[in-house]
Amino acid sequence: MNKLFGRAWMIAVYIFLYMPIVTLVIYSFNASPLVTVWSEASLRWYVALANDGDLIAAVWLSLKIAFLSSLMSVFFGTFTAFALTRYKRFPGRTLLSSMSSTPLVMPDVIVGLSLLLMLVSLQHWLGFPERGLFTILLGHALLGTAYAAVVVTSRLNEMDKRLDEAAMDLGCRPFQVFRLVTLPLLVPALVSAFLLTFTLSFDDVVLSSFLSGPGYSTLPMVIFSRARLGLNPTINAVAAVTIAVVSIAVIASSIYQSRAERQRKREVAQAYSDANQ
Amino acid sequence: MTNIYNYLRNHIPSRQIVIGVPYLWFLLLAAIPILIVLKISMSEMESTSVSSMISWTQGWPTIKFNFASYIFLSTDPLYFETYLSSIKYALITTVICLAIGYPFAYFMARSPKHLQPMLLMLIMLPFWTSFLLRIYAWKTLMVNNGVINNVLMSLGVIDDPIAMMNTPFSLLVGMVYSYLPFMILPLYANLSKLDIRFLEAAADLGTSPFRTFWLVTIPLSKAGIIAGSMLVFIPAIGEYVIPELLGGPDTLMIGRVLWDEFFSNNDWPMASAVAVVMILLILLPMAIFNKYQSDQAEAKS
Repeated sequence: MNKLFGRAWMIAVYIFLYMPIVTLVIYSFNASPLVTVWSEASLRWYVALANDGDLIAAVWLSLKIAFLSSLMSVFFGTFTAFALTRYKRFPGRTLLSSMSSTPLVMPDVIVGLSLLLMLVSLQHWLGFPERGLFTILLGHALLGTAYAAVVVTSRLNEMDKRLDEAAMDLGCRPFQVFRLVTLPLLVPALVSAFLLTFTLSFDDVVLSSFLSGPGYSTLPMVIFSRARLGLNPTINAVAAVTIAVVSIAVIASSIYQSRAERQRKREVAQAYSDANQ
Repeated sequence: MTNIYNYLRNHIPSRQIVIGVPYLWFLLLAAIPILIVLKISMSEMESTSVSSMISWTQGWPTIKFNFASYIFLSTDPLYFETYLSSIKYALITTVICLAIGYPFAYFMARSPKHLQPMLLMLIMLPFWTSFLLRIYAWKTLMVNNGVINNVLMSLGVIDDPIAMMNTPFSLLVGMVYSYLPFMILPLYANLSKLDIRFLEAAADLGTSPFRTFWLVTIPLSKAGIIAGSMLVFIPAIGEYVIPELLGGPDTLMIGRVLWDEFFSNNDWPMASAVAVVMILLILLPMAIFNKYQSDQAEAKS
């Protein structure tokens, strides 16, 4: 009885989570211009999507921003994680750790507003930066750094410190330890951090709206402005394409990660058995 | 070339760099912007920019605080109501997420071990697809001639469409839908680590399953409940996109007011004042969250 109830509860929650996504995809194949009334199957809205210059341009801009900002996020996030896990005591450590979690807990509207006001003051004094690609990049990189730091920190915490110590005993300098031992072990975490921050950036509408300048509309900004006006079947086609791409990427990356994990375990076992011989 | 490389490698103090780089990054992009918001909230709007707080008279700087925005904020009841209503919706969202998420996480932690990674991935998967598109999807489901009404009407359950869109109902559906995974994940992490021997001990001592759940399981998962609730409550207060797309004119949310002050009224000091008060509102739940996180970290080590 209890088991049956549990299963029913879980299935209900999964239906709740997936129903909107499935509906979006199904109705993207609907021929009718009325988004919610099914007439017959057609690829009409995919053709419309392929010919929608604004949307295509927005997709490219979003991909560009997501790629660059997630590289920046992983870079600064790794620094943050190292500073917070490797150095337990330095002046202002609490300030750094709370600053690094600010973008995680602050509502997007506040992060966006505060960054914009800072950039406007900066422009007032220095004459740059102009609102546009660069300012959106900064906003996404700030948010991404906070998330990347969390991912990398949790990996660093579970890493075996003795490996670093062994490398130092064998005469490695700190930077060599990082390059030859720590970094290779961190790669899976860096990949997850990259994927996570890429998704966050590709998805963001609030920060982009605050930080963007004329001529720079990211994909979520275009979708948002159309969705505000009402229902639009082209958005369903965009959604279906995004969902297909994301699903493939998530499945591929989870296969890659579990394979990398197995590989690592094999190598560790191999190393131990070699050492015992 | 290699000489330069070696020189740098040997002489750059790595500790200062490792700490300094993220410090500068966050100082510039997180701390200073908040201070600027605080400053602008106490300025006045002049035609295209805000008034300068510091004026120079005979070589001496004078700082002028202007509390006009805060005075307006506290005298116009609309703002107070909006803050209250944001807290109300965030609170209801948290409670519903907990009510749906707790049993879910509990059953998930009790399901066969080899299935759990897949069940977990199915919770995370919607999170990877666009949040905005999923909210838009609810719009197509809930409008008057939307999918839900069409299905119900063709089945003969209802004769006239139910007005769901732009009501507190549609807002809450969207909020619960978006934040449910944030509740489930920490609860699952907590409940899957629950030592089953505690439950067995309680059963051995003759406690009924329900009392065991109430007296053992729930108190032991307190940290997960608090983490999940804060992860839902804090961002829900300042939510903008969901109220804008699914809410109506009477579902007041403070994120929307901030947005309108900034984009429609172009009133930067007012938008900043709204933001400052919102930050103050969030500080308390944030402090609770941080305290529990550090307690957890301490308990671990």
